[in-house]
Amino acid sequence: MPERRKKGIHFSKLYSFSCIRSSHEDNHAQIGQRGYSRVVYCNDPDNPEQVQLRYRGNYVSTTKYTAVNFIPKSLFEQFRRVANLYFLVVACVSFSPLAPYSAISVLAPLVVVIGATMVKEAVEDWRRRKQDIEANNRKVEVYSRNHTFQKTRGKNLRVGDIVKVYKDDYFPADLLLLSSSYEDGICYVETMNLDGETNLKLKHALEVTSHLYDEKSFNDFMAVIRCEDPNENLYSFVGTLYYDGTQYPLSLQQILLRDSKLKNTEYIYGVVVFTGHDTKVMQNATDPPSKRSKIERRMDKIIYVLFSTLVLISFIGSVFFEIETKEDLNHGKLRRWYLRPDDTPVFYNPKRATLAAFLHFLTALMLYGYLIPISLYVSIEIVKVLQSIFINHDQDMYYEETDKPAHARTSNLNEELGQVDTILSDKTGTLTCNSMEFVKCSIAGTAYGRGMTEVEVALARRRTDGPTDDIPSDRLSHDADIRGSEKPIKGFNFRDERINNSQWVNEPHCDVIQKFFRVLAICHTAIPDKSKDSGEISYEAESPDEAAFVIAARELGFEFFGRTQTSISLHEFDFKTGKGVDRVYELLHVLEFSSSRKRMSVIVRNAENQLLLLCKGADSVMFERLAKDGRMFEVQTKDHINKYAEAGLRTLVIAYRELNEEEYKKWEEEFLKAKTSVTLDRDALVDAAADKIERDLILLGATAVEDKLQKGVPECINKLAQAGIKIWVLTGDKMETAVNIGYACSLLRQDMKQIIITLDSPDIIALEKQGDKEAVAKASLDSIEKQLREGISQIQSAKESSSSVNKGSIAFGLIIDGKSLEFSLKKNFEKTFFELAINCASVICCRSTPKQKARVTRLVKLETGKTTLSVGDGANDVGMLQEADIGVGISGVEGMQAVMASDFAIAQFRFLERLLLVHGHWCYRRISMMVCYFFYKNITFGFTLFWYEAYTSFSGQPAYNDWYMSFYNVFFTSLPVIALGVFDQDVSARLCLKHPLLYREGVENILFSWPRILGWMINGVISSIIIFFFSTNSLINQAFRRDGKVVDFEVLGVTMYTCVVWAVNCQMALAINYFTWIQHFFIWGSIAFWYIFLVIYGSLSPNVSTTAYKVLVEACAPSALYWLVTVLVVICTLLPYFSFRAFQTWFRPMYHDLIQQERLEEAELPLAVRGNLQHLREKLNNKRDP
Amino acid sequence: MDVDEGSGLRDSTEAHRIPRRSRWHEAIHQFKQQTLPACKPVLTPKWVITTFLLMGVIFIPVGLITLRASRSVVEIVDRYDSECIPEEYKSNKMAYIKDSSIPKNCSRFLKVYRRMKAPIYIYYQLDNYYQNHRRYVKSKSEQQLLHGLKFNATSTCKPQESNNGRPVVPCGLIAWSLFNDTYAFIRGRSELKVNRNNIAWKSDRDHKFGKHVYPFNFQNGTLIGGGNLDLSIPLSDQEDLIVWMRTAALPSFRKLYGRIEEDLDADDVVVVKLMNNYNTYSFGGKKKLVLSTSSWLGGKNDFLGVAYLFVGSSCIFISIVFLLLHMKSQRSP
Repeated sequence: MPERRKKGIHFSKLYSFSCIRSSHEDNHAQIGQRGYSRVVYCNDPDNPEQVQLRYRGNYVSTTKYTAVNFIPKSLFEQFRRVANLYFLVVACVSFSPLAPYSAISVLAPLVVVIGATMVKEAVEDWRRRKQDIEANNRKVEVYSRNHTFQKTRGKNLRVGDIVKVYKDDYFPADLLLLSSSYEDGICYVETMNLDGETNLKLKHALEVTSHLYDEKSFNDFMAVIRCEDPNENLYSFVGTLYYDGTQYPLSLQQILLRDSKLKNTEYIYGVVVFTGHDTKVMQNATDPPSKRSKIERRMDKIIYVLFSTLVLISFIGSVFFEIETKEDLNHGKLRRWYLRPDDTPVFYNPKRATLAAFLHFLTALMLYGYLIPISLYVSIEIVKVLQSIFINHDQDMYYEETDKPAHARTSNLNEELGQVDTILSDKTGTLTCNSMEFVKCSIAGTAYGRGMTEVEVALARRRTDGPTDDIPSDRLSHDADIRGSEKPIKGFNFRDERINNSQWVNEPHCDVIQKFFRVLAICHTAIPDKSKDSGEISYEAESPDEAAFVIAARELGFEFFGRTQTSISLHEFDFKTGKGVDRVYELLHVLEFSSSRKRMSVIVRNAENQLLLLCKGADSVMFERLAKDGRMFEVQTKDHINKYAEAGLRTLVIAYRELNEEEYKKWEEEFLKAKTSVTLDRDALVDAAADKIERDLILLGATAVEDKLQKGVPECINKLAQAGIKIWVLTGDKMETAVNIGYACSLLRQDMKQIIITLDSPDIIALEKQGDKEAVAKASLDSIEKQLREGISQIQSAKESSSSVNKGSIAFGLIIDGKSLEFSLKKNFEKTFFELAINCASVICCRSTPKQKARVTRLVKLETGKTTLSVGDGANDVGMLQEADIGVGISGVEGMQAVMASDFAIAQFRFLERLLLVHGHWCYRRISMMVCYFFYKNITFGFTLFWYEAYTSFSGQPAYNDWYMSFYNVFFTSLPVIALGVFDQDVSARLCLKHPLLYREGVENILFSWPRILGWMINGVISSIIIFFFSTNSLINQAFRRDGKVVDFEVLGVTMYTCVVWAVNCQMALAINYFTWIQHFFIWGSIAFWYIFLVIYGSLSPNVSTTAYKVLVEACAPSALYWLVTVLVVICTLLPYFSFRAFQTWFRPMYHDLIQQERLEEAELPLAVRGNLQHLREKLNNKRDP
Repeated sequence: MDVDEGSGLRDSTEAHRIPRRSRWHEAIHQFKQQTLPACKPVLTPKWVITTFLLMGVIFIPVGLITLRASRSVVEIVDRYDSECIPEEYKSNKMAYIKDSSIPKNCSRFLKVYRRMKAPIYIYYQLDNYYQNHRRYVKSKSEQQLLHGLKFNATSTCKPQESNNGRPVVPCGLIAWSLFNDTYAFIRGRSELKVNRNNIAWKSDRDHKFGKHVYPFNFQNGTLIGGGNLDLSIPLSDQEDLIVWMRTAALPSFRKLYGRIEEDLDADDVVVVKLMNNYNTYSFGGKKKLVLSTSSWLGGKNDFLGVAYLFVGSSCIFISIVFLLLHMKSQRSP
């Protein structure tokens, strides 16, 4: 291939020592043993030994079903629902003469229900499949036998293949990096899909393979890799390369993971090590579980209760039936001779009464089957789909910038949104926009930067809560206006008229300011990238912070535009001449940033031949390194830094020193010696050497960078916290960042006590250096245990002291890092850890891997037994999203993996507030009301059948015509209940958001508690009693019309049925809080439809209509008694519930009752008489406190 | 109840954002955003008390009116099943009723306690008779009743489907167990004319029983059930059968027998000459003869009126209780 390899910079030298350091020297001894048995014959996938190993192909499937197993598997899923199974059995039996009604009327709804759900499942799975197909068919260039690279489909890759991947392509499998377009075999990788981090990571090929940049060179390339078995650990890799008879240790540095992206590198060559489901990203993906909401699970229990009731009453009926039947034939004497007991089929045979009773039992099971609402599931499915449509169409959850509406991907969990107890949130890209902005700085003891951070805004708002809250909002809008007027620059939000537009030259310490920005422009590892079209310079930096500094420097007149291996070029504004000049700095050394050093320095020689050490670092390490005469602004700067930190900003201290040649020479010698040493403590030596030069610094100032929160995040978190939802942040970020963000989004507050659990203690680090794994593990465990216990005792003592002194207890924030988390999640600590965690107001887990996130999620879910919700945006959150009861994906800029794995997708974190507090609350309320009502209406109906049975000597004769019964759930009562499920609102969206505490109703599951469910059931039984006994007593036995006609079977059936239809529909009207024309139409329409149906059905020929023939027109309608009975019965059935509700709203109001009353009174008394609301407010407050 | 017209702060801002294109668009938008104008009833004390009061105010008069209507009906009920057995058979009623050689006629004297205006309806009432038993209800063939012998898929009629290899018309247990007591009424010297037409529903006569279907092979089996039918009269004119075939809802029921179209004065004595043919003794059922006038509401039954009164007064009571509680809670908030 004629491509020229980039010579340019030796990045390996630039990234002086952190990269080359191979991370896990140990472990290599284990190669070949258990867990480390994988063998890869590079460039030789057809090797018989390789073939024999039968590693999986690169085909990836994430679907739930396949074409073959769809029918059985989805049917199985369907019949896991008890009710469906029951109806299947009923449908089968109903073909026998046992059935009290026709088989079609049972089978038809069942087929519809099952069919509809299966279609839904199929469509959902088909979408997943389409994505798989796309991923599997991605084109990849593979080195083939004819010694060229040929394109093939991703799914055809085999272990051992050599592939070529180009810039901006995803890696098709886990690869071992052989070489790249860079001479020294490095490449840049973006791992956003794996861990959500957008910064580039550097990968480094082994030196022995980095010469393989030519196609020809692969002709005779043969090597064997022995490495670990597939596992889910993204941050480690152990392996050995056998090449040319030598062993080379492999580490994560050489591994390119599937679904990460090649950046800034023209191409790379790599060997496929793990394929398909063996890749780390797939190993990290847990199976998509089928989620069911809590309500649905409880619904199953209710079905069991109902089923027991059904069995019980059927049994009672059968016993009586047996007694009655047995007596019919007594020693050859016929008792009820008109039934011909001497000549019966088996069903009524008095000689074998027990058998008859058993068969009757089956009949009764079918007859009272109306207790179990068959249409419940299908109605709920319909309702949920409609609810999802409303969620999708909500304009307040539509994000204009990216044109993304909210999207409910599964409709199963709508009501679960109303019961969330804990939110587990990712940080990067979820809470933050994942972009750093340079907002403030303190130079020479003067604070610059007028912009307000999110946190400051939130603070200001909280402080001025009350009637005077127009002032800050004015300021806010003013601020927003200014922002809007200029074109925003990504990463730069610094506004200060003293600095901007080169005004800094007029400041008293302009020389310090100049030095300050020079440091920003020089002390970094970013690479400039000049776009060919516009000439604008963009930067590829290791971290967004760094990019923000370089951008800030550029915007303020210190444009960094060129980097070579040994120099950095700036375009500077010279304050003496007032002109722009190009200056080149000779780059001598880069002293890398590391988390233990917490600082970074560069040593440069400027045009004036001055040797300068430019340094930036965390305040904790910087202030102690200042020279005696370099502390001029120390006090002010510290003060500013504290303020910035409070405002949730990430701060760095900027300092410099001038070196003299001699000193430098001496130091360089020492430093190079340390760097080239090959002892184990090389790192320590290098650190110590660097430490020697980074002294006697002169303080310039401090920077403050905002990890820009997404809009409205603090407010949203605040609201959610008010609603009593606990929020955990699980992030892959480092601890400092996570804590900062915690402050920024008001998750952590200044008045909170932090409990930090970390393994970053010196003794453990020392142990790690010794490499004694077991000792490390033991020490870590001990340390974790100690820290956990300390945390718990702290909380307990705080609780004790606060309860004795005053009410306002100290809130705790728990911060734990990934390693500690790993130990805390071990079986014996889980409980302790959890006990500590739930006692903290907020929990932040940093440096956590995707698997850990998922495990924490599972822990919370299992331990609390309450609903958990995960929010995330990257592929690293997939496990967590799937593990939680509800997964919410942020459909931001990052890949679609999170969204694909989520149940709901929203564009911005702040929409979560509306999703939960409004839609969640509504859906929860709707579904629970709907289910309760469903049981009510079916019990009402079913029990009238039972009471009637008692009067037919339990012979199994239904009181109603077959078709009345079939249509009961389908036409006369279904639409209002669906309207309830789709449209009902106890309070409007505005009030839901205004009173977040209303959300507790869902979390505490008040609306679907057993007392409430049983209450509705009892109400149903009472209604049925009233309906049956009132109508029979008023109609029997006298004439029911002037012409002397008496009530017969048909008239009684119609009357009772009329009462049932009226009663359940009016009950609905009483139960709902929200009448639009739709509700009116459905409720009154259903009742009207009953009459219309009766007229139409009754006018069909008597063959079809049987007992309904002209029953309304001829018999009932002209009878005043019929109508009077209807009115009486309906009112009587409504009275118990109405009285109860009236009593409840008055004396035991639920939270929504209070809000409704408040709304009403507010509406009635505009502005003037607010005082009257006082007692309501008090009630509301009392509710809040308990 | 207040009506929230979907206004409020949020909606007005919304209106700004969405240009007002048309009422239809507006409505669709409101629908999608779930902000349709809606009535949101709240159970405020005022409403609750008013509702209860209103119900009481409506129910009590209705109750009084219905009670009055029921009371205006004159009803004479006479149980005769035990009285109409000769003394010697009192201990063995079955022998009496089964023995067709014993004359079944019986006389009852009914005293009219209040003036009865024509038409006076004559009912027979059976108790503990399960006409609503599943086996019994299903044991008929609607098609056969309408089409006669042309229709022969009458398996539902078993065991009264056929006799001696020939089908029975009308088949089934219901028809087979036809009630066959008869009544004749004498006041003073003259016999009261009993009109036995139009006692069945017109729709039954016209559409459920065939005009050209005649009884066939009826009550010819070894086991005789109830009454026999006149083979020369089509089913549509056999009103006794039609009334009987319209099964009763509950085990205790009345069926219309006929009408006396003369007024009966108070203290008149009506002599009933009846034939006590029907066997209710085997299952302990009672037989009653009922003479009743009717009002606009039908026959005599106080239940409805009393229920109305009861519900109405309880509503008023509840509303007073609520009012007191409300006043109390207002005074001490």
